[in-house]
Amino acid sequence: MRFRLMTPNKMRTVLAALTLGAVAMTAGSALAKTSAREPQDVHFSFEGPFGTFDQAELQRGYKVYYEVCSACHSMNLLSYRDLAMKGGPFYDPKHPNTPPAQSPYAKAIAAGVQVSDIDTSTGDVVQRPATPADHFKAPFPNEYAAKAANGGALPPDLSVITRAREGGPAYVYSLLLGYEDPPKGMTVPDGKYYNPYMPGDMGSYWAGSKTEVPEGGFIAMPRQIVDDRVSFDDGTKSTSANEAHAVATFLAWAADPHQVERKQTGLAVMIYLFVLTLITYLSYRRIWAKIGH
Amino acid sequence: MSGHSTYEPKTAFERWLDTRLPILRLANDTALDFPTPKNLNYWWTFGGILAICLVVQIVTGIVLAMHYVANSALAFNSVEHIMRDVNHGWMIRYIHANGASMFFLAVYVHIARGLYYGSYKAPREVLWLLGCVIYLLMMATAFMGYVLPWGQMSYYGAVVITNLFSAFDKIIPGVGTAITTWLWGGFAVDNATLNRFFSLHYLLPFMIAGVVGLHIWALHVPGNNNPVGVEVKSKADTVPFHPYYTVKDAFAILVFFIPFAWFVFFAPEALGHADNQVPANPLATPIHIVPEWYFLPFYAILRAVPDKLFGVLLMFSAIAMLFALPWLDTSKIKSMRYRPTARWFFGFFILATLGLGWCGGKLPDDVVIPFGRDAVSGEAVGFTVVMMSRVLAAYYFAYFLLVMPLLGLFEKTLPVPDSISTPVLTKGGAAMPSGAAAAPEKKG
Repeated sequence: MRFRLMTPNKMRTVLAALTLGAVAMTAGSALAKTSAREPQDVHFSFEGPFGTFDQAELQRGYKVYYEVCSACHSMNLLSYRDLAMKGGPFYDPKHPNTPPAQSPYAKAIAAGVQVSDIDTSTGDVVQRPATPADHFKAPFPNEYAAKAANGGALPPDLSVITRAREGGPAYVYSLLLGYEDPPKGMTVPDGKYYNPYMPGDMGSYWAGSKTEVPEGGFIAMPRQIVDDRVSFDDGTKSTSANEAHAVATFLAWAADPHQVERKQTGLAVMIYLFVLTLITYLSYRRIWAKIGH
Repeated sequence: MSGHSTYEPKTAFERWLDTRLPILRLANDTALDFPTPKNLNYWWTFGGILAICLVVQIVTGIVLAMHYVANSALAFNSVEHIMRDVNHGWMIRYIHANGASMFFLAVYVHIARGLYYGSYKAPREVLWLLGCVIYLLMMATAFMGYVLPWGQMSYYGAVVITNLFSAFDKIIPGVGTAITTWLWGGFAVDNATLNRFFSLHYLLPFMIAGVVGLHIWALHVPGNNNPVGVEVKSKADTVPFHPYYTVKDAFAILVFFIPFAWFVFFAPEALGHADNQVPANPLATPIHIVPEWYFLPFYAILRAVPDKLFGVLLMFSAIAMLFALPWLDTSKIKSMRYRPTARWFFGFFILATLGLGWCGGKLPDDVVIPFGRDAVSGEAVGFTVVMMSRVLAAYYFAYFLLVMPLLGLFEKTLPVPDSISTPVLTKGGAAMPSGAAAAPEKKG
């Protein structure tokens, strides 16, 4: 609602819209050419029509998110109860009839987080332990606070991040591990880091030949995923690759939590359709058998 | 709806109803006994497929509207609420989103079939025009539907398309801006725009359904065209619609459902754009603004012209060509089966349209065929996407404005059979060998 109610922003909106219309219509010659390295060819258990999530890895991924990412990144679309939904990191197959909001795991995880609320008897803002119905606690009260704490860059909400970036979980994995020393001839602005997997246009930061502009872009987040950053409770080695893989898996689940159910339904639908199609085809041949055409 | 009705009421109730509201007679004459050419091939099944697509879109759309919130602050999250919390909401939404693509796929095949077999020629001009109206309504509906999730592509798609109308400022200063402001309901694409787009997105499918009713009415007066393009001469040329075409259409619809289901369940976002999973932000323009695939050929035509007004007019004329086609084609022969030269031009027309679609998805300055590198900037130079778009767009228009009028006057055609039954009976070239036709009975 911010953008819609404030007049100066509204003015800027109008200007942005009009400029964009003009730019897009003039055959787009001003469009920037961005480039990024192709994400690494990393394997995930949930790929393909038969893929499923490894629940232990989902739990490890949640831990990475909780201990590392959630310091700056919100996940506003998720509630603590979602962690205990069918197929989720803390789903208990032994108690399939327990609603996610009643899950002891979701309750325990939520209880460890303090969230703001309004005391209905006084109207004061108070802190209380979260319940499974609460959304994941955001690290900053608003976008401005988030930008102010991060050198002007807004850490994106991670709720649907693997669907919102080309390359999905492989991109997230590659980006987290892909920090490299900038190539000689590149000027990296203060507070920014070079990452070849981040889409960007390096042309104006590059002293070398225009035909050999390095791929990639600048990112305001320094490298976070390093060996032993998070200790895993299930004995999995805390290598940076394991951490990045686990958090990419968790984020892929969070972005599309019904995906395993979707694919399993799809298999049944496919079998049904093939059988019905075959039966209908045979009916068709039989009905038309006597018609010369 | 035309000709002699074959309906005979069988029960006392049917006789009673028939003298008061002959709705069963209508159903019988249009969907059961309707005499249909017996030589229709699978390209003719797309009419039935499209009817199913419309029903699927309306049914899933009504359910989505029960959960969707048309407010710029809430829309994005309400869609995610559907995906996460509504029972099978993900399935309903993915059927609806991919259903739009499948709908357009089917309508393009349906239109191409009409172009190839001359289904727009007399006495079917009104049928064709109604089809063009349906196509226009579909484009408007799909465009507004894509805006509703209020992601980045939704927002900037709405900005770009609504801004097209501001080009009319060049004709009468102020009018284009006035139209755009009127469309937006304000001075920018904003909550008012989203709210009215939702209202219209709910309305238009029912208008489509209405025009589909007229389209079917206009079909049932002259009857179906057919691959031979010779009108039905006798009863020997036809079979009743039911069971012959109900079963054939049912089979085709099921085959069509297989890739449809594959997209819905295994690649639900393959046809979408990742940027549309980012909530709309009027202050952060995405690097590439790309419409949905089914609009890409027209997008390429729009961008092929440096002048905005001319580009907009050219894009609208590309669709206007379809409306004018019945009066542009001078050929007396309907089916291109007997127009070997026209077949070549048609083939290139399909390739040109697909090529335009490819161009629409690329950046205009991308180099298709490099000739070397620019001495100063070092960037590749050569034949660019925008140049290719111009060549292909020129062919697109030439097909309608030059080829169709002139070819009919000069081309050499093949002999056309006297009736639908003749080629089948005299040449013995049945589409289905009689042995194969007997096989299912042995199995059954």
